[in-house]
Amino acid sequence: MRDEKNLNEIRAIIARHKLWDLIFVIIGVFVLMIAVLTFMALFSHMLIDGMPRLSWDFFSSFPSRRAGSAGILSAWVGTTLVMIVTAVAAVPMGIGAGIYLEEYASKNLITEIIEINVTNLAGVPSIIYGLLALSLFVHQLGFGQSILSAGLALALLILPVVIVATREAIRSIPVAIREGAYALGATKWQTVSDHLLPYSAAGILTGVIIGLARAIGETAPIITIGALTFIAFLPPSPFKTEFPFLSLEWLMAPFTVMPIQMFNWVSRPEEEFQANAAAAGLVLVVMTLTMNALAIYLRYRMRKNIKW
Amino acid sequence: MTVQPPTDTNSPGKLGYSYSRHVGERFIEATLFLMAFVSVAITLAIVVMLVKESVVFFEHVSLWDFLTDTQWTPLFDDAHYGILPLISGTVVSSAVALSVAIPMGTITAIYLSEFAPFAVREVAKPFLELLGGVPTVVYGYFALLFVTPLLQKIFPQLPGFSLLSAGLVMGIMIIPYVSSMAEDAMRAVPMHLREGSYAMGATRLQTAIRVVMPAAFSGIAAAYILGISRAVGETMVVAVAAGMQPNLTWNPMEPAATITAYIVQVSLGDLPHGSIGYQTIFAAGLTLLLLTLIFNIIGHMLRKRYREIY
Amino acid sequence: MVENSPRDNPVADVTSISCKSEVRDLSFYYGAFNALKNINMRLHEKQVTALIGPSGCGKSTFLRCFNRMHDLYPGNRYVGEIILHPDNVNILSRNVDPIEVRMRVSMVFQKPNPFPKSIYENVAYGLRVRGVRQRAVLDEKVEQALRDAALWDEVKDRLNQLAYNLSGGQQQRLCIARALATDPEILLFDEPTSALDPIATASIEELIADLKDKVTILIVTHNMQQAARVSDYTAYMYLGEVIEFDVTDTIFIKPKNKQTEDYITGRFG
Repeated sequence: MRDEKNLNEIRAIIARHKLWDLIFVIIGVFVLMIAVLTFMALFSHMLIDGMPRLSWDFFSSFPSRRAGSAGILSAWVGTTLVMIVTAVAAVPMGIGAGIYLEEYASKNLITEIIEINVTNLAGVPSIIYGLLALSLFVHQLGFGQSILSAGLALALLILPVVIVATREAIRSIPVAIREGAYALGATKWQTVSDHLLPYSAAGILTGVIIGLARAIGETAPIITIGALTFIAFLPPSPFKTEFPFLSLEWLMAPFTVMPIQMFNWVSRPEEEFQANAAAAGLVLVVMTLTMNALAIYLRYRMRKNIKW
Repeated sequence: MTVQPPTDTNSPGKLGYSYSRHVGERFIEATLFLMAFVSVAITLAIVVMLVKESVVFFEHVSLWDFLTDTQWTPLFDDAHYGILPLISGTVVSSAVALSVAIPMGTITAIYLSEFAPFAVREVAKPFLELLGGVPTVVYGYFALLFVTPLLQKIFPQLPGFSLLSAGLVMGIMIIPYVSSMAEDAMRAVPMHLREGSYAMGATRLQTAIRVVMPAAFSGIAAAYILGISRAVGETMVVAVAAGMQPNLTWNPMEPAATITAYIVQVSLGDLPHGSIGYQTIFAAGLTLLLLTLIFNIIGHMLRKRYREIY
Repeated sequence: MVENSPRDNPVADVTSISCKSEVRDLSFYYGAFNALKNINMRLHEKQVTALIGPSGCGKSTFLRCFNRMHDLYPGNRYVGEIILHPDNVNILSRNVDPIEVRMRVSMVFQKPNPFPKSIYENVAYGLRVRGVRQRAVLDEKVEQALRDAALWDEVKDRLNQLAYNLSGGQQQRLCIARALATDPEILLFDEPTSALDPIATASIEELIADLKDKVTILIVTHNMQQAARVSDYTAYMYLGEVIEFDVTDTIFIKPKNKQTEDYITGRFG
């Protein structure tokens, strides 16, 4: 039935194919290593150049013409304030849209348009959002080159991220939970607010963090709005001593943010400023990586804890 | 809602219908719908705004000049408005980036989905995700101050700004996007298809290439399209490392501006709202949006044609 | 003899038929879970052997030992031997490449699982992974396999169409053709009709009866009538053990073991 020659031939073929398997594994590991090495090179290069500049003064000083005394005070304050606007605008809007698409929307043309649209929005280059914000927020609505314009621009940018995360989190809740709630006489909104939202909170939070981490690092749209690179003052404080103790003046203030400060320093030919850029980059990378790591950890915990 | 006597019936105790409850529910649904509709409004706003500003631009510059002139010097006294130099810069930097990102992203995806032991995958996936989370301006810094000097040791004639160095770094930056999406598509291929292939005596690589990849084709295509969109729309890496001078070239060893880098350059200056220079960035933005739109349509068609059908 | 436990007399005494494969003291572990316990039995050359038993009894697990499918997942462990004749090799041995085993022992799955390729490429797949490239050889083998699987007449005009355009029963026959194209010595069927309607089931059963002229068949089925209809030998399994193994008629008409009888007569399971 199967003579020795035939068998040897098959063995040779298998050996050859398995060799290809091995070669591929080596290539695969090699490619992964390139990614790892690139990251290490990037991080260590910044560390070597930027570490000497990292000090308390660097965080508490305004930018300066002299590289040695320049700092990122206005940049990190600006980033924080812009992120507050972004989160306040994008989170409720994104969660609401996600709930609608997952729980309420009937299968019709409008729903389909919205769904295709959300997918496509995620592929629109970020600088286009900057142009939109420049035309709409800065000029049409008269918000000017302000924290409000920048925050809203980034909110539009991360909206798809929040929507998709919300939908996935809600979708992973089994139908049985919904049916259980409805069977007890709950309305749709009661089912959503009492059950679906609390149970999907961790998943939604993961998406929000990833979205905000991306927004923190975004440079292009904010440059387009016309953020200033040299800001030697802070926006008006949101807290007041007299009634009503809170003020929204800061929303309209000119500002700068971390990535723009870094970009400004990178663009300068002097080596001292490039050290500043490296230091600012370190702070930025640590910020975004911490947020991303937090999101990854949350997702990991979620996968471990919840077993529907 | 607490228990209330039915409002629409004369005989309490029978089953009824609470209008107030339904009005509340309707209001919530309408609100949520409006939130979902915001995304469509954004798209409409983008299109309307780009077209509106570009129309003003094209009143000054003929479409023919825009598409055929080989110089882009809107801010000079002798102004030329040919988009070609910006397109060439965009195409070359994207081509360099994709020639890195697509093969390496695909290999990573196949390796992680079909070969890697569980422990490797559990470490590598979050790591790649982190890599994708590094801000692009940081990659720009890396390209300008690390990769370019490194490349200059190999190619001494390489200038301080070059499409090559920006493109290479962009490519590495895009790997995680391509690999994670392609891997998701491959992991979604049901196990029984793989088992069918293994049962025929196929090796892992044969199964991966002949069965899993064709089955996941539409998802892999979507990953490539995403990578292309990223490369074409990427701004900061090229703005920092490729220079901002429009330059009609197909040579990656030269400096050149991309569409996005030009927008950045203009935005950094102080152009008065409504001037022709101000409108050029919208015309450039519209071109960019059309470019990405074309790729998205191709992706959509591929997905429709090769829908997963296992 | 009658009162002997089945393990002492695992093999029906039909000396005229040669033995294709011999299972010796086979145990199998999913991690710490002992899924198969000390199985002994034989597959007779060019005969159909059926594995029956309640769900979860280890039938499919046992079947999947024959082509080392368990090697695909970590943490699985075989103990004992499955000897393949006439080579007299233990296919579970560490020195034996599972790929080589799978090239000689083909398998048809529970759910039809054609690849997302054309009908032709599905059947040619096994040949292609063996490095066959000549179009003439492929054409001939594909046609022969499709004829053997009683599918040729239905698909000969649309060989380049996607396999998913076929009906469920046709897809399953395509998978059988795919398995046959490489001239396997043993063909494993893992509940091949459980996803099919009665008409498609009948055609598959007919096909199995025809195929035993060419190849040794081991079939897992949850359907006792099916085992009675298609098989020459039947093994009743329960909780990872082969309780009784004998000629099918004996098993169904006068089983020696009380447990088998209870299962067959429907008092259990």
